[in-house]
This record gives sequence, C-alpha cells and structure tokens, in this order.
Amino acid sequence: MSTSVDAGRRRFLTVSLGVGGALLIGMRVALADPAPADLPMELLGDDLTELGPFIRIERDNRIVIGARGCEIGQGVMTALPMLIAEELDVDWAQVRVVQLPFGYIDTDKGPANKYGDQGAGGSTSIPDAWKELREAGATARWLLLQAASREWNVAVEQLRSEAGQVVAPDGRRLSYGALARSAASIALPDQPVPLKSPDQFRIIGKPTRVVDARDIVTGRSHYGIDAYAANALVAVIARCPHLDGTLDSFDDSETRRVAGVRDVIAIPGPTPDAPFSGVLAAGIAVLADNTWAALKGRDALKVTWKEGPWTKESTAALAASANDLLDKNEGGVSVRNDGDFAKARKQARQVIEARYEMPFLAHATMEPPGALIEIKQDSARLVASLQSPDGASKMIADMTGLAQKDIEVRMTRAGGGFGRRLKNDFVAEAVLIAKAAGKPVKLMWTREDDLQHDFYRPFGVHALMATVDRKKHVTGWSHRCAATPRNYRDAGMKQRPIYTGCLEPDDFPAGLVANLDKTFFSVASGMPRGWWRAPLHTFHAFAVQSFIDEIAVITQQDAVKLRLDLLGEPRQIPYQGHGGPNFDTGRLAHVLNVCADKIGWGTRRNDGHGIGIACHFTFGGYAAHAFEVSIDGSDLRIHRAVGVVDVGRVVNPLGVEAQMIGGTVDAVSTALHLEITLKDGQVQQKNFPDYPLLRMAQAPHDVEVTIVESVAEPCGAGEMGVPSAAPALANAVYAATTVRVRKLPLMPELMRML
Amino acid sequence: MSNQAEHAADAATKPAAAHPPEALAISINGKPYYHDGDPAMPLLWFLRDTLRLTGTKFGCGIGACGACTVLLDGKATRSCVTPMQAAATHKITTIEGLETDSLHPVQQAWIEQDVPQCGYCQAGQIIAAVDLLQRKPKPGDDDIALIGNLCRCGTYPRIRKAILRAAELMQGDKK
Repeated sequence: MSTSVDAGRRRFLTVSLGVGGALLIGMRVALADPAPADLPMELLGDDLTELGPFIRIERDNRIVIGARGCEIGQGVMTALPMLIAEELDVDWAQVRVVQLPFGYIDTDKGPANKYGDQGAGGSTSIPDAWKELREAGATARWLLLQAASREWNVAVEQLRSEAGQVVAPDGRRLSYGALARSAASIALPDQPVPLKSPDQFRIIGKPTRVVDARDIVTGRSHYGIDAYAANALVAVIARCPHLDGTLDSFDDSETRRVAGVRDVIAIPGPTPDAPFSGVLAAGIAVLADNTWAALKGRDALKVTWKEGPWTKESTAALAASANDLLDKNEGGVSVRNDGDFAKARKQARQVIEARYEMPFLAHATMEPPGALIEIKQDSARLVASLQSPDGASKMIADMTGLAQKDIEVRMTRAGGGFGRRLKNDFVAEAVLIAKAAGKPVKLMWTREDDLQHDFYRPFGVHALMATVDRKKHVTGWSHRCAATPRNYRDAGMKQRPIYTGCLEPDDFPAGLVANLDKTFFSVASGMPRGWWRAPLHTFHAFAVQSFIDEIAVITQQDAVKLRLDLLGEPRQIPYQGHGGPNFDTGRLAHVLNVCADKIGWGTRRNDGHGIGIACHFTFGGYAAHAFEVSIDGSDLRIHRAVGVVDVGRVVNPLGVEAQMIGGTVDAVSTALHLEITLKDGQVQQKNFPDYPLLRMAQAPHDVEVTIVESVAEPCGAGEMGVPSAAPALANAVYAATTVRVRKLPLMPELMRML
Repeated sequence: MSNQAEHAADAATKPAAAHPPEALAISINGKPYYHDGDPAMPLLWFLRDTLRLTGTKFGCGIGACGACTVLLDGKATRSCVTPMQAAATHKITTIEGLETDSLHPVQQAWIEQDVPQCGYCQAGQIIAAVDLLQRKPKPGDDDIALIGNLCRCGTYPRIRKAILRAAELMQGDKK
C-alpha cells in the first residue's frame, strides 16, 4: 500500500467499468485549481475534502454522500448511501444525501460512468451496489485512517474508527472533518481494502426512514415536472390516437390566437415496423409561455389523422386470435422441452386444463412523463424523472450529434417509474421540439397522453395443462402462451428469442416436473410494449399459481402441500433468466410455509371468508402472499393481506417492508380493475375514471409483512412484492365463492360469473 | 417556503397593493397576489407556473386523483379544476404553507410512519388529511377511507397509520 503525499495536487477516486462489469477504483490526478469539470456540483466543497466520487466531508464533520441511482419510489436514495455510510463508519444522522447526476465519462477504454450503474430496472440497484458502494465507503475510511496515522505517528493497525472519528489507542480522537484535507492527498490503496463482517454492521439492516422525507412532506422535493428554466417554453403534444397513424392535415389558426401560445410544430411519427428509437406517435406540439396556454392551444387545434395499419385491432380480436393460435397449436416456438409431455398425457390418470387471459396494462405513474431540455451549439442539459439516464444521454447524443460528455443529464426524484421511464420517448420528443423551436423546452404530458401512449405490459392468453397420476402426483406440465411479444420493435431485444419477457423457460415448475413443455405463440399487434414492474412475472405468475390451485382443488389436495411437494427437497436448480443462475427451492418453500402459518392456513372457516395463497421467484427474491376475503354483493372485502419475502440480506428493513406493502397494493389494484383495451386500433382509456387505480377505501387496511432473515447475497426488493399477490387474491376469491376467475381484471369478470 | 414564493417572477404577479382593476386578488400561504391573466386558468397552474410553488402536483387535470389538493379557506380543494376566478378572494394554503414554526403534526406523522415512496402524491394526501382532522379530530376507519386521493405506489396502509398518529399528536397539542 502506497501512501505518498502530493500536496500540490488533488486526487480523488474515480471508478469506471472494467472488464466483465467489475468496478475499478482508479486514480485521477488533477490540478487543485480550477476544479475539474467532471466533479459534480453536489460534491464540490472545500477543494481537498472529496474522498472518492461519492463522499464529501465538511470541516465540521458533516458527511455528504452522493446517491447515484434513479429514485422512483423504490428507496435507493436511502439504501445506496447507507452502504457507503456503513463502511465509512459514520453515524447515519451525520449524513446528508444528495442526488448525483448521470456520471458519463470518456476513458481510453471508451465510454464509462464514474458512478457505476445508475439505471433503475430489474431490481438490480442493491445487488449491483452491494460490493461497489461498500468498497467506496471503506476506501474513504482507509484514507482517513492513514491521515490520522501520519498525524499521530501511530501505526494504522492500532487505530480504529467510530462514528465519524478516528480513535487512537490512548483515547485521542480526530474527527473525519479534521482529517479530510490530508486524507484527500493520500494515494489510494493498491489493493481493495477489507470490508466489515456483517456482525460489525451498524447501519445496514437497521430500519431507516426515507432520507429526504422532510423535503417530500413540505413540498420542497423536486421532481422532473418541477424543473423550470429561463426562456423555456412549455410544450404539450396532440398525438395521433391511431396506432402507427400519421398526420393528414391540421389548422392551427385558432391555436395561434390563444394568448401565450408561441409556436406550433409538427412531429413525424415512428416508422411502422421499425424499432422505436425515438417518439411513440406522430403529433403536433404546441409551445406556450405556460402550461395552461399550451393546453388551451392544443384544444384549439383542428387535426385530421390518417389511420394506420392497425385499424381492425381490438381487444376482442386479439383474444380471439390468441385462442385460435392455441387451438390450432401451430407455428409455436419451443421455449423448453423436458422429458416427454405427450407420453405423460397418454399415461395420465387425469388431465387438467385451463386458460388465463391477461390484459394490456399502462404504467400510470403519478407524475406523467415529461422533460426539460436545453440544447446549445456545443452542449445540452436535460432535467427529468428518469429510469435510464444512460439511454437518455445516448438518445440526445444520437439526435443532436453532440458528444455524450457534453450532455448534462440530471435525474430528479421521480413520481413513480414501474418501468415506464426505462423508455425515453418523451426525451426524444423534447429534443425534436427544442431543436425546431431553437429554445429550451419543458415538455408536459397530461394523464390522457400517458394512458394513450405507453409501452404497455403485453396482452396474452396462457393455456396450461397438467397430467396427474393415480397418486395425485403431477407428472407432466404444459404451458403454452399466446401473447403480443414483449420485444416488439425493441432494438435492444432483437437478438433475444421472441418469447423473452412473456414466457420464462426456467420459471416454476420447470426442473421440478419430469415432463414439461413450454411453447410460445406470437400474436400480432400494433400496441407498443414494454416493461411493467416485475414484467414477465406479473404476466406469468397469475396463470401458474392460479393453475396450481386448480390442480389442488380438482385432485383434492392441500394447495400448500401440493406446492411443497413440487418444490421437493431444498436444493439449487439452474435458472438462466434474470435473477439466476440458481433458483433455491428451499427458500421458496420457506416463504410459502411462513405465509401459510401467518394467515392461519388449514383452519376450517364457516364465516364465508376464503383464504388463498401463492408464491413466486422474481429476480433473485422469493415471495409468498395470502389473502382472506369475502364477497358482499358487488364488493370484494379484503380482511387480511399477508406478504412474506426473502431478499437475502436486508439493507433497509423499513424500505423492504414499504416495497412489499406497495407491491401488494399495486398488485391488488391492478388485478381488481385495471386493463387497457383497444377498439379500432385505438386505446380506449383516457384518464383515471376509466383506469381506476385502487383508492384508500378499497385497499387492504394493512399488509402484514414478514421479511425472512437471510444471510444470502442481497437482491433488490422493488418487484418481488407484486407477482404472487394477484393469484393469491384470485385463489382466495375461489375459496370464498367457488368461482374461478381466469381473466383479469378480476372484478368485472367475477361480477359476470357470479 | 417563503423563499419559493419570493421566486415568483412572472410579470402577472405583483403585490396586491398594486392591484389593477381587472386583476384577481388571491391570498396564498398568507401572502397577497394578483393574477391578470386568463381568469379560467386553474389555480394549479398559477401556483406552479407563475409562483413556482411546485409542491402542489399535477396528476390528472380533471380532479380525479387529488395530487393537486390545496386548502381553500381551510377546505381540501382540487386546484386543477378550480379556475382562478373561483379561487380569487379566497385564502389558499398549499403544502409549502402548512409548516409554521415547526412541521404540522400531519407532516411529522408522515415522516414518523415513513409514508412516502415516490412521494409525488403525498402533498395532496397530507392536505386531505389536514382537512379530515380539522373536521374529525378522532377519525375512524370509515372517515379515513373517504380520502379519495390516489397513490400509485400503494402507501395507503402507512397513510392510515400516519393519520391516526397525527390525530394523537394534535390531541396532545391541545392538552
């Protein structure tokens, strides 16, 4: 370990993605003055107190930690800095957290990010950060210890740290703030410094409240929609309501008479069949001094659109075509084939079949999409609520010809994400408008814009078939899915198999049933599709976990026991999808057992209440849900909602609990009432009255969450709370009514069937 | 919060002392303003675009979600469907105006119960809770269920707890 001093220069850590995604902590040397351009304003303090890309230590020992992730409500602004603070060994109360911007840098090895991965998707923030950010904190602590060692002339091995101070064997203490200046001039260690063992954790694993909650409850927290810029015009867009339709003609004379309206700009739509690389729809942008003038101007437009190639598309037609594909059983793509399902079927004592229909879903983030963008000759600046700042940066570079290093991307706290903001179509729109207007633009989407122009969760029908022998064992499993593929017009998924995102080869009960067949049938549709919170899994688990329940009912087995029998002995089985490489049957069985225990599974009821249960493996996390419900006329009453989750080692229990509560409510809300339907190639829903998210009155009073203690490597927690909730709810409805709902949303279907 | 109000830079906004005859006078968080633009403009856009009081959020524009809820003479009101001509002469309190010397007990309870996830709807939820607790200092489950503000993150269970906690804190204040 080298500890050379070079007082004339400031040194700070930088990280860049190395081979295989490993973070390299390297050394950057820059002259003390002027400040290097790639140091974010957020961490600019006294010139020698930055310790690495994430940490600034004030002289008064206040600690500023940069939060690198996109905060969409999943809690990364709290949880990621907790990892750094733990290894830095400070009191959480000393810490102030600031949001970092997108950290693009050019390196001799190509584009990199000095903060590591900043996107929000696939529940990867915690597993990606688990080692990297703890190392960042530990390295900074190492530098501070070195500085104290030098100050006192005491061997570093004899020093310890405690709550933001270095303590000598004789009890002398120096605060990090007092040491920061000299620590910043010490060269970095050659080797990664050792990390704490979990029994030394003082912050990780402690219930920690949302770090910026005070800003939120006082209205000071800034979201993308709250960004304003001098001279920026507000833009709203009238978009073509027909899938892949085009602009025929428009008359903006009335619009231009609206006080405050400054400009009207036509936006070309995407090329049909080509990957979506920019906007979602053709449109006409109205630019005005304020939002109200822009909206009034848009209302005053007279537009005729040309219908696109999808005018015959409707939800009914899609369902018919999906069922037809499944009936004919031709043209499918084999997803996984184990043993011999046909033979199992011939030999079966009993064959059980059911089909489940899943609707398109919109994301309906409370904060609609939008962007503030400023494009200059040699630079650009974006402020927006994002999930993929990297994608936004690349998109702006592609559309403007600017280098990514000259594009500043600032992500704010986002009013929800759920996968919507993994797409940057709204950024593309803002760029087009700002370029045409020659002015900064603040693009606003209304709720109507949002529900009608989304990348929807796919629509599909699952046909499941199970073969059962005379001992009631499941001997064969066939899962055929006819759906609108997730990778429709997604350039990033072109190389992936067509079923990706709709049918997961290794999902339960794959590897657990000897004869298994999974086949995918592609249903043509003009609807743009995308990721919707636990994308494949919400689409998948409802069918699989409802069907397991049906098998249990028909073969008169206990539904928990049937699942446990299928899972068998605790063991690791290969899982190639996201969340792999292994799926641990024991961990899923455990959350199921705990959940059954909590809800009082197996106790006989005579109050008309029904109990249903389900479990699922999502992105490395294991979850189970159980509900107790009753039906009263047209009312579904949820008496109890229980969620159990195993996400490995827990960074912030309060955050994981929030995600389980929220995920469960989200799943119930979606399962009960939500669907996006099509008629004549147009989305029919316009605003919340016809996309009725659950309100307080219908939501479960409480979600009883149990977080299983685990020493396994942590996974994320943002998505595990969703997939098993809807089937558990439908199973509870069956238990209460003996009506099996196989089509979502549940309430209209239940009312039809009752 | 007064800091943000002072950022009100729009030409349409001047102290009420200079109230021109055609303009609408309105009190927001105890400060007088006037609006001489379109009287049909919803209060939401005056708060956000003109005064830059951005704590009040846009969610649906039709009064369906409650993200834009403010207090109008103490009553929870959807600012996105309240035209300036209807809001004028009334006293408006936004989320920024709720905190006086210290946090409002509802804000305090929201932090204690760790309610926010994305946080976007919470200003509206908090205003709705303040209104409820003014009318019902000891709200029951059914009273709380009448709050119809949407939360896409599903924070309802913690909102319930926070309202009950705020009721406790407010009772304590009175003692």
